[in-house]
Amino acid sequence: MSEKLLVSLEVNGEVVEHETEPRTLLSTFIRDGLGLTGTHVGCEHGICGACTVVLNGVTVRSCLTFAVQANGGKLKTVEGLLRRDGSLHPLQKKFAEHHALQCGFCTPGMLMTCEEICRNKPAATREEIREGISGNLCRCTGYQTIVNAVADYLENPHG
Amino acid sequence: MMASDDGSAKVLAGGQSLVPMMNFRMASPSRLVDINAITELDYIKADGNAIRIGALARHNQILGSDLVRERCGVLAQAYGHVAHHTVRNRGTLAGNSCHADPASEMPAVLLTLDATFHIDGSNPRSVAASDFFLGMYTTAVGGNEYLREIEIPMLAAGRRGYFDEISMRQGDFAICGVAAVMTIRNGVCSNARIAYCGIAEHQFRLTEAEQWLEGRAANAATALACADLAASSVQPGGDVKASSEYRRHLVRVLTGRVLETVFNESGLERT
Repeated sequence: MSEKLLVSLEVNGEVVEHETEPRTLLSTFIRDGLGLTGTHVGCEHGICGACTVVLNGVTVRSCLTFAVQANGGKLKTVEGLLRRDGSLHPLQKKFAEHHALQCGFCTPGMLMTCEEICRNKPAATREEIREGISGNLCRCTGYQTIVNAVADYLENPHG
Repeated sequence: MMASDDGSAKVLAGGQSLVPMMNFRMASPSRLVDINAITELDYIKADGNAIRIGALARHNQILGSDLVRERCGVLAQAYGHVAHHTVRNRGTLAGNSCHADPASEMPAVLLTLDATFHIDGSNPRSVAASDFFLGMYTTAVGGNEYLREIEIPMLAAGRRGYFDEISMRQGDFAICGVAAVMTIRNGVCSNARIAYCGIAEHQFRLTEAEQWLEGRAANAATALACADLAASSVQPGGDVKASSEYRRHLVRVLTGRVLETVFNESGLERT
């Protein structure tokens, strides 16, 4: 069926309503429906991690979730990491300082994954950070600078 | 709801295997039945000597469960080889089992644990693990049915297990994976289960190796000999990832490695 359904959910702290077809992926809904193009689509089968967002408190692959499954839920995308005054989240600042991004394609998914790592394991070792980002592919940085950024953030969470 | 359909309705739980296939246009179900709101299916609980895992129990919940770690350690240990954290947030053990990718790790582990699969729907019944995985992406679950629960006997005293695999990258499906569970008492093996993933159309137990191990000393020579027996007993497939000969080599190496780990003190043991 291709009839449209109304999806209502909280996105980065604001309640949003938008129509969608049941078959529409959450990644498409976020990018095309809501205009939040920070979330990227890389592989469409869950391996690259570029589409990673936080749904109801845990990271999910938005390319493997249907928009209608987010109805009534709480979604956080990379845009939601920005502070209220528009400044970068301290984790984002560390990424910039440590050159943890170049082309930026993996970065939104990487940030959402790293934010979850830091939330769940505030004392994560470098090895645990490495393990934690193993589901996010980066072609540019070689990952070392990403691990450095996260490790630095964990030691200095307020920037 | 599924009964009223044309037969190509699919249950949607985690979607971490089904939706990739849909995105590839390799699967086109006419309808998806989203069971994620059925919270009654979301459980991991002890019931006598068994662990009961409901259809909606997510991989990360299972691998993080104290109950699973303490009473069925090999299940938690094997999860180190399954996908990545974010995929495990949504993916379910039931869904992974029903998807039945021949290279998936958990079906091999469930075979060695003598798991029972409780199917509901038009013909409610319980199916032993050895009768559940039938072929590529094919299980005993039929149309108009769904897997409600996986029941796993807790490891008895003296029983130990381990899983290892070779894959392209950690988290990928196995090119070859081996699970082994057995009782070791006074340095002697008994009641062994050895299962493989990634080398055939479905996961399977190698009963020749299991029977050969009965009564053997749990030492390095046994591990080597059993590994040789396993390598000569299997008929591994070849594909773009690995030739048949390489898989046979992996069977030998991994069987030996897994058995050595089970045999020595660092193998997972429930005393």
